[in-house]
Amino acid sequence: MANDPIHQFQISKLAPLGEVGGVEFALTNSAVFMIATVAAVAGFLIVGSSSRSLVPGRWQSMTEMAYEFVAKTLRDAAGSEGMRFFPLVFSLFVFVLFANLLGMFPYFFTVTSHIIVTFALAMLVILTVIAYGFMRNGIGFLKLFVPSGIPGILMPLVIAIEVISFLSRPISLSVRLFANMLAGHITLKVFAGFVTSLTAFGAVGVVGSVLPLLMTVALTGLEFLVAFLQAYVFTVLTCMYLNDAVHPGH
Amino acid sequence: MATTTPEHGAEAAGSFPPFDPSTFGSQLLWLAITFGVLYWLMSKVALPRLSDILEVRRDRIMSDLDEAQRLKDESEEAIASYEQALAEARKKAHDIALVARDKAQADVDAEQAKVDTALGVKMAEAEASIAETRKQAMSEVSSIAEDTTSELVNALIGTKPTKAALKKAVSAAEEAA
Repeated sequence: MANDPIHQFQISKLAPLGEVGGVEFALTNSAVFMIATVAAVAGFLIVGSSSRSLVPGRWQSMTEMAYEFVAKTLRDAAGSEGMRFFPLVFSLFVFVLFANLLGMFPYFFTVTSHIIVTFALAMLVILTVIAYGFMRNGIGFLKLFVPSGIPGILMPLVIAIEVISFLSRPISLSVRLFANMLAGHITLKVFAGFVTSLTAFGAVGVVGSVLPLLMTVALTGLEFLVAFLQAYVFTVLTCMYLNDAVHPGH
Repeated sequence: MATTTPEHGAEAAGSFPPFDPSTFGSQLLWLAITFGVLYWLMSKVALPRLSDILEVRRDRIMSDLDEAQRLKDESEEAIASYEQALAEARKKAHDIALVARDKAQADVDAEQAKVDTALGVKMAEAEASIAETRKQAMSEVSSIAEDTTSELVNALIGTKPTKAALKKAVSAAEEAA
């Protein structure tokens, strides 16, 4: 069981909370790590910025960097009008980033390695885009699917492609994050598993296990990069989709 | 963390955990709760505070820059007025020197003219006195020459020539000389 690379994704119930309409709710290890993620984010940002220094210390600098990084990403993608979504985009970024990074601790559960979580976050983004898009532009939001400067004969085809690409957004957004975290953790576990199983073969095995050990070390570094990169990619795509709601014309 | 629990039942045991729908309800519930709390914390506490910090710093930097610009302008003004005063003083000093030189020149010229006239008067006086002296001397020279000639003629021929003859001879000699 210890070497089963899928085991780390197992949801375990810590305390059942009951059942509503055939759906059971419980406090799970996943829930604990979601709470831990929020606690870590809140600790990092709220404690880090509590001194409100004019000349920031290291910690406060990091909180300011996070703020300006996300603010710049959103402003570049969606303009100053998109800044109304800043709390949402920032929350998404820090939630995904901290969940990914917490998952890098051995024996910790990775919240974002479950498709239902990433899909829910992606749907939150897409539904926000649709709701705000119609609220702000009315029926004009549908211009999103009608690129300007296309000859009339190609119009049905282009509109069909645009609609399909819009509908596939929540799927690609959620699967990208989920699959990256899942695959990365499985790969790490598999290579780390090689180390233990090779050492079982005596001296030759111990020597041979150096290779997968080096691979595990390298992959750990790569996974830290992926943890940040996927949070960033999720954020950038969110910003681009929100830009469609703010400026629907291509 | 807790090991796999048997609560998930037989259908969950073999399936891939991320695709096990029996856990979706709990995950969605907790995601909604935790993300809601996070959103609230971010939008009400963390982000306003950070934006406040950055705003205050930006304002402070701007006001410091403005202050620095103001001081720079002031010092440039001071330098300009100082240089103007310096140029004025230099011009004034130059004018004063010029006036003083002109005045000194005029004084010198006046003194020179005065001395020159005084000298001219003295020279004229001296020339007159010289001419007088010479005239006197010359007239004395004629009488001495007449006396000497009379004595010489007396010694040579034993007779004294007449006064008129002597006068004639001396003036003839004087004219020849």
